[in-house]
Amino acid sequence: MSEARSEDNGGNAATFDTHPGADAGVTPESPLQWSRVQGRVTEEGGAAEQIRVVERPFLGHLVLRGGAITLDEAVRAELGVSLPGKPLGLVLDAEGSRSVQWVSPDEWLVIVPAGEEFELENRLRARLGDAHFAIVNVGGGQTLLELSGEKARELLMKSVTYDVHEHGLTVGKAVGTVFAKTSVVLRRPSEERFELVVRRSFADYCVRWLRDAGREYGLRVESASH
Amino acid sequence: MFHIFCPYCQEYREEEEFHPSGQAHLVRPADPASVSDEEWGDYLFFRDNPRGIHHEMWVHRLGCRKFFNITRDTATYEILETYRMGEQPSITAANAEVRREQGVQTADGGWQTVGAQPENSRLNEETPS
Ligand SMILES: [Zn+2]
Repeated sequence: MSEARSEDNGGNAATFDTHPGADAGVTPESPLQWSRVQGRVTEEGGAAEQIRVVERPFLGHLVLRGGAITLDEAVRAELGVSLPGKPLGLVLDAEGSRSVQWVSPDEWLVIVPAGEEFELENRLRARLGDAHFAIVNVGGGQTLLELSGEKARELLMKSVTYDVHEHGLTVGKAVGTVFAKTSVVLRRPSEERFELVVRRSFADYCVRWLRDAGREYGLRVESASH
Repeated sequence: MFHIFCPYCQEYREEEEFHPSGQAHLVRPADPASVSDEEWGDYLFFRDNPRGIHHEMWVHRLGCRKFFNITRDTATYEILETYRMGEQPSITAANAEVRREQGVQTADGGWQTVGAQPENSRLNEETPS
């Protein structure tokens, strides 16, 4: 496990890498481990269903707080995308694997591929220096589910209070809302895909809800094995 | 069910995403040590309970998680306007009737209570930007 003392990243805070790595002898478990044991989640791939739910576990989730102008400069330098300044904005990098999302007027959620968040956090801290900001690694507390298929929107209509019609949840929009009595961050990164960022401890509940609500269409939940 | 316009998210959301947090515009005494017990007690425990126009603090707990203010009619449940923290209401008990007669409803020009104007097609026609 690598650590960075506060002196190494601009003197703000000590950070540590939450991905222990293969040599540490610790096997990370996805938030859907229990669902997998229960047979509610299958390996990735298989016959096509009308709705496909894929878990993307272990991604790097960072919450950035501070002034938009200060953070925008740092994020553009380190990630190559600009901070969405408009409410509910979601931007992706050219590859589509890194995203920055507006959460509130002084808060953004950054999601990057697994293992990148430790270095990114240190680089952002070093760049932001003495500015008034906060960065918190929240990757351990939430997980991301991808929803695709022609009936995905219909499934969401039964599950969230938000208007998921084309004019409500446009591509490049992300909202916090209610999903089956729990909270969710609902994202629309592209035309054919929705993303749900759910609490780790609610992940199994959300999967069970999705399986039940998706039964009429045919739905499979998949998670890459680790 | 309220349909509430969040001044931070800049769109209407279902009431389920929000939580009320009591009377708005309470000012904490600047120097608590120097106020009388009565003044401190008033600040801590006593709240207005008007019939009619009331200014309330709400939080968009499942959305942006920001607190903001609502001017609401406690008799009809009609939400007259929503505005950010630090801002002052444009509708108060003193000017409510005048403003209603003038047809001024909210800063954003929409009725905010579903049911208050069931025939109002505006909410459905409005395309969120
Ligand atoms: Zn909001």
